[in-house]
Amino acid sequence: MLRDARIVAGKDLRLEARSRVAVNQVLPFVLAVVLLFGFALDADTALLRRATSGLFWVTVLFSAVIIVQRSFAIERHDGINDALRLSGLSAGGIFLGKAASLFCQLVIIELVLGLCVIVFYDVTPSGAGLLIVTTLAATLGIAAAGSLYGPLAAGLRNRDTLLPLLLLPVLAPVLLAASRAFETALGRGVGGGWQWAAMLGIFAVVYLTLGVAVWGPLLEET
Amino acid sequence: MVTVAVAAPRAATPGEIAQSHEWSVAFGLLMSPVVHLRAAVALLGRFPALAGVDLDVDAGEIVLLRGPNGAGKTTLLRLCAGLIPPARGHVEVLGVDLSVDRKAIRPLIGLMGHTTGLYDDLTVMENVQFWARAAGVDAADATAALDRVELAERVRSLTVERLSAGQRRRASLAAMLVRRPRLWLLDEPHAGLDAQARDLVDGLIGEAARVGATVIFASHELDRAEAVASRRVTIDGGTVVQDSSSPTGAPDRAP
Repeated sequence: MLRDARIVAGKDLRLEARSRVAVNQVLPFVLAVVLLFGFALDADTALLRRATSGLFWVTVLFSAVIIVQRSFAIERHDGINDALRLSGLSAGGIFLGKAASLFCQLVIIELVLGLCVIVFYDVTPSGAGLLIVTTLAATLGIAAAGSLYGPLAAGLRNRDTLLPLLLLPVLAPVLLAASRAFETALGRGVGGGWQWAAMLGIFAVVYLTLGVAVWGPLLEET
Repeated sequence: MVTVAVAAPRAATPGEIAQSHEWSVAFGLLMSPVVHLRAAVALLGRFPALAGVDLDVDAGEIVLLRGPNGAGKTTLLRLCAGLIPPARGHVEVLGVDLSVDRKAIRPLIGLMGHTTGLYDDLTVMENVQFWARAAGVDAADATAALDRVELAERVRSLTVERLSAGQRRRASLAAMLVRRPRLWLLDEPHAGLDAQARDLVDGLIGEAARVGATVIFASHELDRAEAVASRRVTIDGGTVVQDSSSPTGAPDRAP
């Protein structure tokens, strides 16, 4: 399964490197959202600093929807879904490979988003350990849930509009936990940051396990 | 104390399964047909696209499926590939009952349909290497597969989106060949190809049958297809209405 995951992740990252959707479309989108939040909150840096955690993760979720949509649209193109079913790759391996690729793309977007937040919202990073663990655990959870719901939405008639409706409610716990953990790390929360990070870890493990278990039937049905 | 190192057991790759399966194909299939369908029914939604098909295909045969649009040719190919489940009847491919396990045979099947199964943003070589790795075959075999479909060197480094329709079909064929399938299922293999490429496809089909693979293909280009085929099966309304292997030309209904 891990061999299959490596093959699929390598292919997906190569496709992304070639098409540059994340660089040419998602990163400008991230920048636009950061600036729009700034305009909406009247460039009040004190308010922006307070809201940074939530704004950061809302932006990550919006970006994730775009990346997930793209990642599964390419698998629906020109008979690739059938080719994957005939390929001999295990369904669990394909799921893990897609999740790994999404994880890598999201981490790059989060790094750029973090720099934007520091520059535009005048945020001073602190609590590096908690920030990093939270980011990795939350991103893993988003990638796993996205890989689970991506093919589900890709198989539906109104797939372009349905994915956000399906995925965002599922990711609400990630938004809550990651925002709270970030607030604690940045010194603005009421504490318990590591518990929130642990919750994110559990979320990621649950969705990774679920994905490996149910991706086979999902691949057959969509 | 003597310690004996024992290698941890590992799961066989699809390529290894395919190679080990070659022996069972070589011996077992001499005795039983590669494709064995009895009263096979396949549904597209609620519509019975196949309504009771009886068909036996032996190793090394080249079977042409004829019939009007909507007759059930594509559905029959997809059923044999294990992509759609049999709704009723008995469907056995390469010795595997598809109502029990449709996935086991898939690594041994090569299917070229109306679509290419290629990623637009990968080069031809990257695509073929990906499908080779996926099947557990050495990625270096991609070059040999591309040589067989006579795709020029300069084309191999182009992304698929830049290829002509004919070049895409050749690349798709290479992606199928690299997996060394035992059963070739081709849906309109001549479509979109120039005369030279059509000759190439015919040559590859003949070569496959000579080395023991089985080919079932659907085509509307009957003159060319009938010259290649060793047997002609006509499908209409989801059933076999004529079979050239039967002495009377009527479908073989033997149990």
